[in-house]
Amino acid sequence: MSIVTVQLGQCGNQIGFEVFDALLSDSHSSQGLCSMRENEAYQASCKERFFSEEENGVPIARAVLVDMEPKVINQTLSKAAQSGQWKYGQHACFCQKQGSGNNWAYGYSVHGPRHEESIMNIIRKEVEKCDSFSGFFIIMSMAGGTGSGLGAFVTQNLEDQYSNSLKMNQIIWPYGTGEVIVQNYNSILTLSHLYRSSDALLLHENDAIHKICAKLMNIKQISFSDINQVLAHQLGSVFQPTYSAESSFHYRRNPLGDLMEHLVPHPEFKMLSVRNIPHMSENSLAYTTFTWAGLLKHLRQMLISNAKMEEGIDRHVRPPLSGLPPRSKMSLNKDLHFNTSIANLVILRGKDVQSADVEGFKDPALYTSWLKPVNAFNVWKTQRAFSKYEKSAVLVSNSQFLVKPLDMIVGKAWNMFASKAYIHQYTKFGIEEEDFLDSFTSLEQVVASYCNL
Amino acid sequence: MEEGVVNEILQGPLRDVFDTKQLITDISGSGNNWAVGHKVFGSLYQDQILEKFRKSAEHCDCLQCFFIIHSMGGGTGSGLGTFLLKVLEDEFPEVYRFVTSIYPSGEDDVITSPYNSILAMKELNEHADCVLPIDNQSLFDIISKIDLMVNSGKLGTTVKPKSLVTSSSGALKKRHKKPFDAMNNIVANLLLNLTSSARFEGSLNMDLNEISMNLVPFPQLHHLVSSLTPLYTLTDVNIPPRRLDQMFSDAFSKDHQLLRADPKHSLYLACALMVRGNVQISDLRRNIERLKPSLQFVSWNQEGWKTSLCSVPPVGHSHSLLALANNTCVKPTFMELKERFMRLYKKKAHLHHYLQVEGMEESCFTEAVSSLSALIQEYDQLDATKNMPVQDLPRLSIAM
Repeated sequence: MSIVTVQLGQCGNQIGFEVFDALLSDSHSSQGLCSMRENEAYQASCKERFFSEEENGVPIARAVLVDMEPKVINQTLSKAAQSGQWKYGQHACFCQKQGSGNNWAYGYSVHGPRHEESIMNIIRKEVEKCDSFSGFFIIMSMAGGTGSGLGAFVTQNLEDQYSNSLKMNQIIWPYGTGEVIVQNYNSILTLSHLYRSSDALLLHENDAIHKICAKLMNIKQISFSDINQVLAHQLGSVFQPTYSAESSFHYRRNPLGDLMEHLVPHPEFKMLSVRNIPHMSENSLAYTTFTWAGLLKHLRQMLISNAKMEEGIDRHVRPPLSGLPPRSKMSLNKDLHFNTSIANLVILRGKDVQSADVEGFKDPALYTSWLKPVNAFNVWKTQRAFSKYEKSAVLVSNSQFLVKPLDMIVGKAWNMFASKAYIHQYTKFGIEEEDFLDSFTSLEQVVASYCNL
Repeated sequence: MEEGVVNEILQGPLRDVFDTKQLITDISGSGNNWAVGHKVFGSLYQDQILEKFRKSAEHCDCLQCFFIIHSMGGGTGSGLGTFLLKVLEDEFPEVYRFVTSIYPSGEDDVITSPYNSILAMKELNEHADCVLPIDNQSLFDIISKIDLMVNSGKLGTTVKPKSLVTSSSGALKKRHKKPFDAMNNIVANLLLNLTSSARFEGSLNMDLNEISMNLVPFPQLHHLVSSLTPLYTLTDVNIPPRRLDQMFSDAFSKDHQLLRADPKHSLYLACALMVRGNVQISDLRRNIERLKPSLQFVSWNQEGWKTSLCSVPPVGHSHSLLALANNTCVKPTFMELKERFMRLYKKKAHLHHYLQVEGMEESCFTEAVSSLSALIQEYDQLDATKNMPVQDLPRLSIAM
């Protein structure tokens, strides 16, 4: 089944390009470590999900590009065409001239209604091209104006017009300092709206990926291109084809549906994160070997201690022993010591994958008391290796990992809101103080729900 | 409102750049009188001006903002210029109005400049989206610094001529240099850097509407202090990262500001860094972390940084930085201006030149001064919060 990607704003379009590039170059990679027939099945499945075929054989990405100013889209289109391996559809973009000025209200209340019809038309054409349609993957940032505001509007529209299809929003959590001054306002407005209209929010923090680039990949002068490539790698390792069950012989057909089914059991809990190991520069890769036991042990500790990468993991954090009375409500004032999960999905790719032992993830102490591990934990194993890594493991997790960052953003936005700074920029376009208060209320609710796990 | 300057432009090397039908001139000038510029010429030329604006706007696919470039101390720029602001606001309410204003220095030669400036400031407060105040003294100081560098003859420090922030393009060497050219070039560079992200590609774009959105927390507080680096480039091509960091430090030093002010010891409301050239996000973050501790930000905007990365550097440089700060350090400039105004106004000096213009009354003056006083008071209130500890306000509590 096919996924239609909607790329919104500068961030969404820059990342979207890297994602398709990563997917296709992994698909063409010669180091799959599996039989040729296996590889062909993998390639076919990947192609069906993300690309459509053209007459001359160049795959066209199943994507819709939306931005309110032309520079980024033009760049993205030409970079794709230059690669020679794939490209974007000619009529798959929607572009304006003036930008959204980092103003969520402008993106949501002005651009949204104004361009609703044109954008939804392009999306519809792309959906019609799919033989069988799995759902939408929407890539956007929270900090700007187009990705965040228009993104929220478009997602809402998709909810209305395609209520039977699934929507997963890939959202970029901005750096703590130094991107956009009103990023906290834009973020809380985006998250509160998306919580209502989206099915799952896959969140990536710029700060975390930046650290991965610096510490694990040893990149000296980190550019956004580097960051986006790491992100694309993580997403690729989640979305590339995987097997349906322990010993079946064909790839899963409904990627989004399967992800949602396993990871979002309750509508109050929609925030997902991705942890991918190993991650290193190409030079180091040649000299390192891995074992499944080692990788999985690291991954489990990363989950429990809420680490975002495999360096600096706090080894002292342990899950509470079963049989003890239930822990008291998580306090936000102290350091988060133990990360409780609602659902976890581990995807393993590579050599000898069937021998990998994931029992460590089935420990009931890892999960909230109202879910049993048999329901909360799943593992997908695939022989075909991913992108130069002989063995790779990725954990998609619905857990408390984002509570602290969310709480921080809500706190900062609240402080700013109390002084009424910048509010006139939003009320100018129809977002009133009550809308802000609604957003604050919804997000405090989300924080409280996660804390009570 | 007099022909000399416009005629010179029309005879100069850029004559083909300007559309002669879009020029309006008169004969006698405004006599350094804001009232003449604003009231007399304003009403006289209103229709003509509006028509020419409409024509220009029609040529645009998508009109985003107007740049108004003027001085505050004279008559035409100050009076007619601020009249135009109101016209633009009525005619094109959705289009941003950016104003680059040259404020009079301590020793300028126009006696009535305090009157003109304060009358103009009231208009700017009410009708401009964003004001970039600049004073001639700062521009002059920058030139002196550059001259010192160029003429110092230190061994091994030859400066690339094209890279001087005061030089116009090398192709126009033959043009006769006039006194204010070098200073004006600095302001031209400011505007170039301001618009660079809108004109060129980059990994983190910033349009002009984003400047207003991020740097203007309250409508009245829209004065931005600008500083530009580097002022020149040495011919040494290999620039190690240390020099890159130096560029960021320079942007926060008084030598590179286009207004005499002391932002480091005042309170920042917001700050924007517009970087051009081969600079990546990690360089930007490193420098923000490095400089943050020495700067004071208002309590509700502790991380008040807006950044942009444009890939194309200016001519003659490998990278450059424009910093725009919304900072309470503009207060002393305004207070000084108010003082000079009061000194004249108490004696009613030169007042009759203004009052004899139809439509001008003493109330215009008193309103202008109270508008300025109110603005100064707002900055005062913010300054008072400067050294207070940051308190976390109680959050909404939710029933579970």
